Amino acid sequence: MATGDLALGQVEGAISVCERVTNDFSINVATVNGSGSQSANSVLLKSIFGMGVPVSGKNLFPSNIAGLPTWYTIRASKDGYVARKRESEVLVALNPETAKQDVLDLPAGGVAIYEEKLNLNQYRDDVVFYPVPFDAITAAVCPEAKLSKLVRNMVYVGVVAQLLSIDLSVVENGLRKQFAKKVKVFELNYGAVKAGFDYATEKLTKHDPYVIERMNQTAGKIIIDGNAAAGMGALFAGVTVVAWYPITPSTSVVEATTDLLKKFRVTPEGKATFAVIQAEDELAAIGMVLGAGWAGARSMTATSGPGISLMAEFSGLGYYAEIPGVIFDVQRTGPSTGMPTRTSQADLLSVAFLSHGDTKHIVLLPGSVKECYELGYKAFDLAERLQTPIFVLSDLDLGMNNWMSEPFEYPTTPLDRGKVLTKEDLDRLGGFARYRDVDGDAIGWRTLPGTDHPKAAYFTRGSGHNDAEGYTEKPDEYVEVMERLSRKFENARKLVPGPVTVKDGTSKIGILAYGSTDFALQESLDQVKKEYGTSVDYMRIRAYPFAHEIHDFVASHERVYVVEQDRDAQLASLLKLDLPADQVVKLRSILHYNGLPLDARTITEEFATREGL
Amino acid sequence: MATATPTPKVNHIGLPVLDYRGGKTTLCAGCGHNAISERIIDAMFEMGVQPERVMKMSGIGCSSKSPAYFMSRAHSFNSVHGRMPSVSTGAILANHTMKMLGVSGDGDTASIGMGQFVHLLRRNLPMIYIIEDNGVYGLTKGQFSATADIGSKLKTGVINDLPAIDTCALAIQLGATFVGRSFSGDKRQLLSMLKAAIAHKGTVMLDVISPCVTFNDHEGSTKSYKFMQENDEPINEIGFVASFDEIDVDYGSGEVYEVEMHDGSNLRLRKLHEDYDPTDKANAVRTLMESQLNDEILTGVFYIDTQKPTFIDHLNIVDEPLGTLPESVTRPPKSALDALMTSLQ
Repeated sequence: MATGDLALGQVEGAISVCERVTNDFSINVATVNGSGSQSANSVLLKSIFGMGVPVSGKNLFPSNIAGLPTWYTIRASKDGYVARKRESEVLVALNPETAKQDVLDLPAGGVAIYEEKLNLNQYRDDVVFYPVPFDAITAAVCPEAKLSKLVRNMVYVGVVAQLLSIDLSVVENGLRKQFAKKVKVFELNYGAVKAGFDYATEKLTKHDPYVIERMNQTAGKIIIDGNAAAGMGALFAGVTVVAWYPITPSTSVVEATTDLLKKFRVTPEGKATFAVIQAEDELAAIGMVLGAGWAGARSMTATSGPGISLMAEFSGLGYYAEIPGVIFDVQRTGPSTGMPTRTSQADLLSVAFLSHGDTKHIVLLPGSVKECYELGYKAFDLAERLQTPIFVLSDLDLGMNNWMSEPFEYPTTPLDRGKVLTKEDLDRLGGFARYRDVDGDAIGWRTLPGTDHPKAAYFTRGSGHNDAEGYTEKPDEYVEVMERLSRKFENARKLVPGPVTVKDGTSKIGILAYGSTDFALQESLDQVKKEYGTSVDYMRIRAYPFAHEIHDFVASHERVYVVEQDRDAQLASLLKLDLPADQVVKLRSILHYNGLPLDARTITEEFATREGL
Repeated sequence: MATATPTPKVNHIGLPVLDYRGGKTTLCAGCGHNAISERIIDAMFEMGVQPERVMKMSGIGCSSKSPAYFMSRAHSFNSVHGRMPSVSTGAILANHTMKMLGVSGDGDTASIGMGQFVHLLRRNLPMIYIIEDNGVYGLTKGQFSATADIGSKLKTGVINDLPAIDTCALAIQLGATFVGRSFSGDKRQLLSMLKAAIAHKGTVMLDVISPCVTFNDHEGSTKSYKFMQENDEPINEIGFVASFDEIDVDYGSGEVYEVEMHDGSNLRLRKLHEDYDPTDKANAVRTLMESQLNDEILTGVFYIDTQKPTFIDHLNIVDEPLGTLPESVTRPPKSALDALMTSLQ
């Protein structure tokens, strides 16, 4: 019997399909990296999205080119939860090496779609098995051996689509979009999808409860990863100089930026209004960023932990000599090389104080792909307004995974190029002192090289200087500049993006978090409410230095949990440095740092234990 | 009636040499670096470079302080140790209409800065890169640097047992397009070399032996005034005729290598070594390697290539400085964002 029309309530073998699980489960696709599974995974993700069902995708991949295990999980959630879920109910087992363990990891009642030669059905009797002769199906639609490895993955998309009741037409649309202009590639791949779909229709009998049903929850929404979103932020910030050194997981920030610049920033004469330089290392990348920022460009780099360490010395120069620049740090686990393809939030403290000798930095903390874009372009305004390097802290989960989002909005304010004196200003003023606080905002005026005035030039140095940029070793002159820098940092509290109060109740308990923690935390708050009847207030921090509202939030709660993805409670530590002593005792930490994206259940369990719920 | 004060001599853009001066030097009296600063002033003045059109770059060390001692009307960036190349790269990308002159030292270049130095050369970044080369670390009181010759002796009697890095041979091999060596004590040669450097379009790498009077000017040093006066062996004599000069010097044919510079100036290299061709890269490197084996200190213009595209040429950027492009050029319109959003739905 064909499966698509399986009636509800019908019992197949040992497992009942009485209770359908609709639009609320995860699919785990286990493959080998380098097998081209990314396209297939992406098509499946976008097909569920095309069915109007909220969806998110996560790539758990090795630091390797080809041959090691990779898992891609796709979560469909009618309630719109997009964080990782601990368990995946539906397994597509395409990697013989991990197949046995993958099956053993399935929850009872789960589903395993697998290459039939692997005989996985011997390992469990509480799982629904769908054996599929992937190799045979692939060989039939793709005689060319070279391509079969890639096409094989599309066969699974067809099988899964059929078993989960995803419309074939939706898959077709997704595939067409994926291979936009490559008609032959589309045809080959669609042939494979269709073959998988047809095989499932003819040979498999549905006896599991998981189905995708059409909804209307994704209309008007987009799917994008945080790094591509950050690239768009840079584009609409009008970035002109990009200097970088490749490092996972930040590489795609610059790749996306470069693609966009090539598309939108080439004059009709074919000339570029930008420069992208692959530097020799991160030391050079940040040096170029500061050189460019000094000479008037909107400049940026993107890096991750090891690159941040290398950028330390120059970051101090940027802070002390007051040079704009934007540094995207897409965090991965440390210490040292750590796990390069696993996510983390453990760079916060080192970035906030990057470099020796009383250095501190402004750090923006995007909590969604939309904020990767928005804080991305705002970072350039802040860098030039405050004349200092601005760090944008994303992470691998936010940066490299696909997220659903509201479409991005066009900036509503013009570029803020900061306090720059022109030739005309100098004619009028007769001169200037580079580091003098003439406006009471702790920000001096600067000039750009090339300003055609004999008094325009000044001497930029990382050595001790007075307010007129002269070299100094005089205690009072040194202190004067350092004090002003401190005031500038203090003023930045009001200029950086303020926190977002996500749940504003009357609870005595508050939660503080930032970045990608938000996805799991929002779901966890619902779990806590539903399962324990407890309401919790939540404030999401979006920048360091901390806005005053964050102090108020802590002051207005009896205890405040700080949820973050690192071992050493770095956000809590930074808060402790900032809060009055009597408030510090209110803070307690919920920490997650095993490299996997945070899931709601982990927070809920820890919170319930700590609260004695 | 009082006699009229004589009008100060001005250059062809109407500026007196005073407008090319800098702050008072704080380096030791007799330091070779001060002489180099003087020659930079002379060269910029004689070439009629507008001071506001120059960016002065440096790293860290005695040498890197010197941009404070010439051309106060030019923007200056004293960066971090060994990292002048990257800061310079960024700065010239932000405004490629500027002339850039960087001053580094042998420690700042050949030790801590080697990583960035070689990549600057490779890119043929349009800038003049001067190494004020004294073979020692001055600010930390006289340790050997990586350009100190093997067998040379510190004041304390310590002998250097490692070979020197020849920054000129390296620069030629890696892609600099104007490479020379001079001596701070040879006013004439250094001035001509600097003027030609200003007329050049790609990376100019000049290694200028600049004795450290405090830590490396004694018997046994190969970077002392005395040693240089006795061992300086020019490979060619540099004649430079700026594009705006009318006076011409006539050389006999066959003994002069003539190079037409980017700005229309003429560089005339009178051969002192038989048949030395400064456009032959392999021969230039071989000559330098041989001179090192023979304990000779060759000076002069070793290599020049006026045709090779610079890094800016490769990037194909607009004529205007990137840094000051208006928002209408740098921020795409709303329709661009809308199109992107549609493609992601």
